[in-house]
Amino acid sequence: MANQINLTINGIAITINKGLTVLDAAGKLNIKIPTLCYHKDLCIAGNCRVCVVEQTGTKKLIPACATPVHEGMEIQTNSLVVRNSRKHIIQLLLSEHNADCTKCYKNGNCELQSLASEYKITNSDFIDLVPHKNYAYDDLSPSIIKDDSKCIRCQRCVRTCHEIQHLSALSVAYKGNHMKISTFAEKPMREVACAHCGQCIIHCPTGALTEKNYIEQVWDALTAPSKHVIVQTAPAVRVGLGEEFDTNSDGRVTGKMVSALKRLGFDSVLDTDFTADLTIMEEGTELLTRLKKALVDKDKNVQLPMFTSCSPGWIKYLEHTHNNLLDNLSTCKSPQQMFGALAKTYYAQKRQIDPANIISVSIMPCTAKKFEANRPEMRDSGFKDVDYVLTTRELAIMIKQAGIDFANLDDEYFDKLMGDSTGAAVIFGATGGVMEAALRTAYEIVTGREVPFKNIDITPLRGFEGIKEASIVIEDALPDWDFLNGVELKCAITHGLENANQVIKNIESGKAEYHFVEFMACPGGCLGGGGQPIPTSPEIRQRRMKAIYAEDLHMPIRKSHENPEVQQIYKEFLGKPLGDKSHKLLHTHYTPRDRN
Amino acid sequence: MGKKQLRRMDLIFANEHDYKEILSKTLKTPNQYIVEEMINSGLKGRGGAGFPTGLKWKLTAEAKGKTKYVICNADEGEPGTFKDREILTQVSYKVLTGMAVCSKITGAKKGYIYLRSEYKFLVPVLEKELSQFHLLCKENNLDFDVEIFLGSGAYICGEESALMESMEGKRGEPRNKPPFPTKSGYMGKPTVVNNVETLAHTFTIFKYGAKKFRDLGVQDSRGSKLFSISGDTPTPGIYELELGMTVQDFVDDFGDSDCKAVQVGGASGFLVPRKRFKETAIGYQGKLTGISLPTGGSMMLYNSSRSMYNVLDNYLDFFQEESCGQCTPCRVGCQQLVKGIEAVKRGEKKASYLDVLLKLTETMKVTAKCGLGQSVANSFQSIVANFREEMIY
Ligand SMILES: Cc1cc2nc3c(=O)[nH]c(=O)nc-3n(C[C@H](O)[C@H](O)[C@H](O)COP(=O)(O)O)c2cc1C
Ligand code: SF4
Ligand code: SF4
Ligand code: SF4
Ligand code: SF4
Ligand code: FES
Repeated sequence: MANQINLTINGIAITINKGLTVLDAAGKLNIKIPTLCYHKDLCIAGNCRVCVVEQTGTKKLIPACATPVHEGMEIQTNSLVVRNSRKHIIQLLLSEHNADCTKCYKNGNCELQSLASEYKITNSDFIDLVPHKNYAYDDLSPSIIKDDSKCIRCQRCVRTCHEIQHLSALSVAYKGNHMKISTFAEKPMREVACAHCGQCIIHCPTGALTEKNYIEQVWDALTAPSKHVIVQTAPAVRVGLGEEFDTNSDGRVTGKMVSALKRLGFDSVLDTDFTADLTIMEEGTELLTRLKKALVDKDKNVQLPMFTSCSPGWIKYLEHTHNNLLDNLSTCKSPQQMFGALAKTYYAQKRQIDPANIISVSIMPCTAKKFEANRPEMRDSGFKDVDYVLTTRELAIMIKQAGIDFANLDDEYFDKLMGDSTGAAVIFGATGGVMEAALRTAYEIVTGREVPFKNIDITPLRGFEGIKEASIVIEDALPDWDFLNGVELKCAITHGLENANQVIKNIESGKAEYHFVEFMACPGGCLGGGGQPIPTSPEIRQRRMKAIYAEDLHMPIRKSHENPEVQQIYKEFLGKPLGDKSHKLLHTHYTPRDRN
Repeated sequence: MGKKQLRRMDLIFANEHDYKEILSKTLKTPNQYIVEEMINSGLKGRGGAGFPTGLKWKLTAEAKGKTKYVICNADEGEPGTFKDREILTQVSYKVLTGMAVCSKITGAKKGYIYLRSEYKFLVPVLEKELSQFHLLCKENNLDFDVEIFLGSGAYICGEESALMESMEGKRGEPRNKPPFPTKSGYMGKPTVVNNVETLAHTFTIFKYGAKKFRDLGVQDSRGSKLFSISGDTPTPGIYELELGMTVQDFVDDFGDSDCKAVQVGGASGFLVPRKRFKETAIGYQGKLTGISLPTGGSMMLYNSSRSMYNVLDNYLDFFQEESCGQCTPCRVGCQQLVKGIEAVKRGEKKASYLDVLLKLTETMKVTAKCGLGQSVANSFQSIVANFREEMIY
């Protein structure tokens, strides 16, 4: 067949599709070829050269990741020249590298370290170049640390920020021996147009890009006698955390996670899912209000489509790149910040604790949330609403430090008071989840009926397609909402900022018209967030997504407005969605920023 | 390989007053005939890689796709060479004729001259020539337009795939090959990239036929070539010489009677020591395996007053600065070579460390992503092998 190619690798014959690479072919034969600059999420760079293999008849070695297969190819992956070359290349990388692994944050989860270990690079012939370099170290950003002395210049971060995130906050500067990864005008990360999404971190093979960690601060808080330390956990953490441990589960470790947090000493283990449900109430009401103003009052000042606002990476992106559209953003804070504002007001009152003594920690799949917690707007409780944000990875580090045998923990349940949640909240962790949760509630408010899908699973909204569109026609609306009768509610869902840019272009050019659009900064939504366990890949995100929907299906309550604690907080504290108190505590505004 | 007496030629810069007729005549000749002539002439690219020009045009003509491009590589970055500049100053019409015929054969409707930024002063002259050329194309019913693109000033942008990256507004980094430009070049479309001199030679073939070109030179190295001669010579400058002469003949003509070595092909070329002058011929396949003639056709003569250590150090320094820096063997390898020979010279490393470095250059040769990193081994190995003592003491 014309589309099939026959070749041999190490003498083993294989037939595979045209267009695939030597690396793909070797993978199918379970022959491992080492790689560094290669990443499944990214376009091929072919610059590290560690994947070189020998092809019979060619003097030069060929990069397996970048070479398409062709008929009759004979490949050797472990010949003398290949082994020597590979070893040389690893040695060269190390000679430019500040390789003090024992003091490195990525020690134990580093692709360069694994390679050095596999090839037993115990001594190097080459001269240590590090003292001749003037490597920069930037820890000024609240989310990201960039340490050039750990960089192998594979450009995975550059490709990530360009191809997936459309920001190009990181780029290659200079050439030759001075070549390095830099930012606009070599400014610190916190001063450039960076979404703080952390995608570059999870795509970096080494310790050159890592999260700014707050582990010690949280340990300090947990041992401070007068402090009441509470913790909230985002939906996507419970389907990622297990990857850091040897758990034989389907990826859902909610109960073990709660149990571990209790052992770490948190005074109350609560759930961001609670405020995810609350977000649906607020944001759903906001959407219906905007629709009413636009359709009934013909108010020209109302901005549609409304954009979701729960992804702080997405918010920062919009502030930098399309700040003419900030009024389209829902004014709702992210669930993390709603939680923070309520923790030091509602929760403090009910538990009769001085909010000054509450330390509020959140566990997030996200590094942008670290930045968000530090925004000056996020102090509506009168205090810093969220004190410390840890990523899924940082939580795993703490659990290991505490000597907890995570895999064998028994399941425990979230504490009461801001610990109840629904299936609608847990799917916030997947792209399309906010939209599905919002529709489950909004449709029911408007029509009095459940959304017309089997098991209320709105499957058209699910999956990893870059841009998804869906619409639902409203019929037989309740009297309050009869202006919506016959209206086709048009929605779009997108994830990854490159896709987000595409959606915005479509909206601005008039090519697409929507009422409501869900945006998530990271590929796959929060489950693929920049704070999730490393590595990441399409398969890993797929597995996490499956776990999220399984979690939803197993929840006794699956619609936000049915969350009993949500009903309770409106009765006892907030009054009604978009009410005065909500306005003060749960809503915010945005800041235009420069493109560079 | 056979050898030829050294012979000075005057084909390239000879003014041909019938150029309009030659262009019209060639544009009326069937494609297949032209391609055959080109292949028969034995013309190989003068830009470095020495790829047969006729075959390059043929492959691009056969490549799938409607949109195709012709690019004239005038990035001339090899230090001390300026022969492409002279061609463009004196006989740019020959280059344009070559581009027009290439357009006819491949179907490319758009051409570019990628001009080294330092040659900006040539733009007015070239623009004038171009406006006349565009009229001529129209008269001959050839739908072809040539534009000047000013380069970015980096040596690596002379490498054809980096050149195209830079034309696309990206950082000038060489691409992975395959795919080759003939299949996927500028903007992902089939593209012919030819050196200025290569295109100028095609004119000779169109005018005088393949035989006249083929009769010059030896087996694998046909025709004449411009050489930029510099270093310890009483007569530096640009000379057109028939290919196939021995280094001995060359030195007899151009040396200062005290020549101890000749670097053939600039920094990425080979050093030929005196004891090999007689047996080494200049062409695409010298006795030293794989002698190629990079862009400049640069010939550097060194007399006995020169320290070959300094010569090598300079070359390596050039590479460590001019490497684009993307691939490990070249970026780090070049730094190791510079630091390595310096350490040996200072006595911080044993002389045997040179062997470690020689092995490293073998790896660079087979693993670097582009011609720059792959060819560092040429000068390093030939200099260290022949002047090891000068490296150490
Ligand atoms: C580092 C490097 C620099 C190069 N610089 C030039 C140059 O300045 N001009 C040029 O014509 N070719 C240069 N080349 C060769 C080109 O890549 C390409 O082979 C050539 O332009 C093809 O034209 P030709 O077939 O007519 O020789 C360079 C190659 C390398 C690896
Ligand atoms: S980045 Fe990797 S190899 Fe480098 S010091 Fe850290 S763990 Fe070690
Ligand atoms: S955090 Fe996100 S936006 Fe910032 S540099 Fe990394 S990938 Fe780009
Ligand atoms: S920062 Fe990380 S991803 Fe970026 S080039 Fe360096 S090692 Fe590669
Ligand atoms: S060999 Fe050198 S110049 Fe060529 S791609 Fe690699 S680093 Fe760049
Ligand atoms: S993994 Fe193939 S070149 Fe880097």
